[in-house]
Amino acid sequence: MGAFLLRRAVEAALTLIGVAIVVFVLVRVVPGDPIAMMISPGASEADIQALRALYGLDKSILAQFFIWAGHAVTGDFGTSISLRQNVVSLILSRLPATLELAAAATALAVALGVVFAVLGIMWSRRFPEKIIDGFNGVVLAIPDFIWALAFILLFGVLFPLAPISGRIDPRIEFEFVTNFYFVEALLRGEIAVLADLFAHGWMPALALGLPLAAIITRVLKGSLDQAMVEDYVTMARVKGFGRLRIVVGEALQNAAIPALTITGVQFTFLVGGTVLIEKIFSYPGIGNLAIDAVINRDLPLIQGLIVTFAVIFIFVNLSVDMMYALLNPRLRHG
Amino acid sequence: MAEPAQQHRLSAGLARRLMGDWRVVVGGSIFAVLAILAIGASLIAAIDPLEQDLLLELLPPAWVDGAEPGMLLGTDSLGRDVFSRLVHGSRIALAVAVVAGVLTATLGTVLGLVAGYFGGLADSVISRLVDIWTSFPPVLLAIILVALLGTGLHSVIIAIVVIDWTRFCRVVRAEVMQQRRMDYVDSAVTIGLGRIAILFREILPNILPLVIVLLTLEMGIAVIVEAILSFVGLSLSSDTPTWGGMIAEGRQVIHQAWWVMSFPLLMVVVTVLGFNLLGDGLRATLDPTLRR
Repeated sequence: MGAFLLRRAVEAALTLIGVAIVVFVLVRVVPGDPIAMMISPGASEADIQALRALYGLDKSILAQFFIWAGHAVTGDFGTSISLRQNVVSLILSRLPATLELAAAATALAVALGVVFAVLGIMWSRRFPEKIIDGFNGVVLAIPDFIWALAFILLFGVLFPLAPISGRIDPRIEFEFVTNFYFVEALLRGEIAVLADLFAHGWMPALALGLPLAAIITRVLKGSLDQAMVEDYVTMARVKGFGRLRIVVGEALQNAAIPALTITGVQFTFLVGGTVLIEKIFSYPGIGNLAIDAVINRDLPLIQGLIVTFAVIFIFVNLSVDMMYALLNPRLRHG
Repeated sequence: MAEPAQQHRLSAGLARRLMGDWRVVVGGSIFAVLAILAIGASLIAAIDPLEQDLLLELLPPAWVDGAEPGMLLGTDSLGRDVFSRLVHGSRIALAVAVVAGVLTATLGTVLGLVAGYFGGLADSVISRLVDIWTSFPPVLLAIILVALLGTGLHSVIIAIVVIDWTRFCRVVRAEVMQQRRMDYVDSAVTIGLGRIAILFREILPNILPLVIVLLTLEMGIAVIVEAILSFVGLSLSSDTPTWGGMIAEGRQVIHQAWWVMSFPLLMVVVTVLGFNLLGDGLRATLDPTLRR
C-alpha cells in the first residue's frame, strides 16, 4: 500500500507542474493586456513601459515562466495587479472562508444523503419511497446555481429568515485571530458569533450541498437495497432485530464504501461550485476572488488561484485514494 | 431501404408516438414558444429593451399597485422594461442553446464514433482525454476558458463545446462498440464498403436517435451555462439583454424589487425543464430498448 500511495503522490506532483506550465503559457498567449486595465487615460508611453517592466511583462514567455516558477517554489506568487497585494497572503486570507463553506456543504450533504437513503429503505416499496425518489430526481435536474437563487428569493425575500450576503454581520465586534471564523468561534465558545456565522452560512452551504446529497442518497440507497437481501440481514431478522436497527446497525457500514467513494469524487465538483455560490451570496472566499481576477485579467492572481485549486483537487483525490485503500480489504492487504 | 409507402407509414407511426407522449408535447411546446419569442422579439415586445428612463426605475409588475400601464413585468434599476428584456434575452439563450448544442454534439459524436469503431490507439487516447476532462469541475473550467478566450458570445459557445463534448463521446463510443458487432456491419464489410463509409453511412444513422436525445439535454445545459457566465459578467456586455445578466442585476436590488431577478430566473428554469422533458420523452419514444 505504501508503494501505491507513493506512486499516487509522484503522479500528483507531476500533474501540478503540468497545470502550472499550461496555465502560465495559455494566460500569456491569449489577447488582452492587464496593463491597459490599470493605466490612467493620460499615461504616456514611457509610463506604460515602466509599468510593464515592473511586472516583468516585457520579457519573453520562457523567461517569465522561469522567473515565476523560481519564485513560486519559494512560496512567492508575486503581486496582484488589480488589488496591489501579495498574491499568497491574499489567497491565504480568503481560503479559510472557502474551506469552511465547502466543509459545511459536504457535512450537510452527507447528513441529508444518509438520512434520506435510510428513510427510503425503511419505507421501501411503499408510498414515501416514491416521494423521496421524486424529490431526488428534481434535486439532480436543477444545478446549484438555480438552487442558490431560489433560496435567496424564498428565504431572503419572501420569508426573510436569514441574511443573503456575506459571511458575518460587520456590526459584530469580535477580534478573530485566524480566518477560520467558524472553527475559532466554536473553540472560543462564542455562541452569538457562531449563531451569526450559521445564519449567514446555511443557505450557501445548502445550495452547494444539495446536488451531492441527492447523489449520495441514490448511491447509498442502491447499495443498501442490495445489502438488505444478504445472509447477515436475514440472520438479524431471525434474531428479531427491528428494521431500523438492521438498516443502521448492520447494512449501513457494509453499504457505505461506494457512497464514500462517490463523495470523494464529487467533492472536487463541490469545491468548483464554490466559485459561483460565493459570487451569488457575496461570500468572501477564493471563488469570489477568482471571478474578479478573471474579469480584471489579473495574471499573477489567476495563476496563484489556479495553482491553489489544483492543489486542493490533488489533495482531495489523494485522500480519496487513501481512504479507499484503507476501506477496501483487497487493497489494504495487497 | 424501405419502400416509400412503407417509410411513410413508419414516419406517421413515429409522429403518432411522439404526439402521444406528454413530455414531448409539453417540452416541445416550451421550445416552440421560446423560438417564437426569439424570432419575433421586436414585434412581441414593442418597447426598446435598451431604453433607459430613470423616472420609471424599479416599477412593479402590472398587477401590483404603482405599476405603469404597458410595463407588464415592471422595470429594472435603470428603468428598462423587464418584459422586453426577457423576450430579447430569449434570442441569446436560444442561439447559444442551438449553436453550442449542435457543435458539441458534432465534436463529441465524431470522436465517439472514431474511438468506438477503430479502437486501439485512437480509443485509448480519446478515452484517456475524456477521463481527464471529466475530472475537472465544469463551472471552474468554463470560467478559466472564458478568462483565456476573452468575454463574449463566441467564447461562451467555445467554452461549452470544449467542456461538454465528453457527454456525447462517452455514450456514442459505448453504443458504437455494440453496433460494431451487429450483422449489418458484417454484411457491409462483405459487400466491400470502406470503413469510413460503414461508420458514417451505416452506423451513424442507427445511433442518431441517441444523439438527438443527448442534444436536447445539452441545449438545456447550454442555457444554464450561458446564464451562469453572463451572471458573473463573463458573457456579453450588459447592454445586450441576457437572462443571466438580468439575474445579476436583479440580485443587486432584490430587497427593493423582487421581480427583476424572479422573471429571468423563472425563464431559465422553465426552459431547462422544457429541454429535459423533451429529452426524456424523445428517449422513451425513439429508443426501442426503453420503449418495451
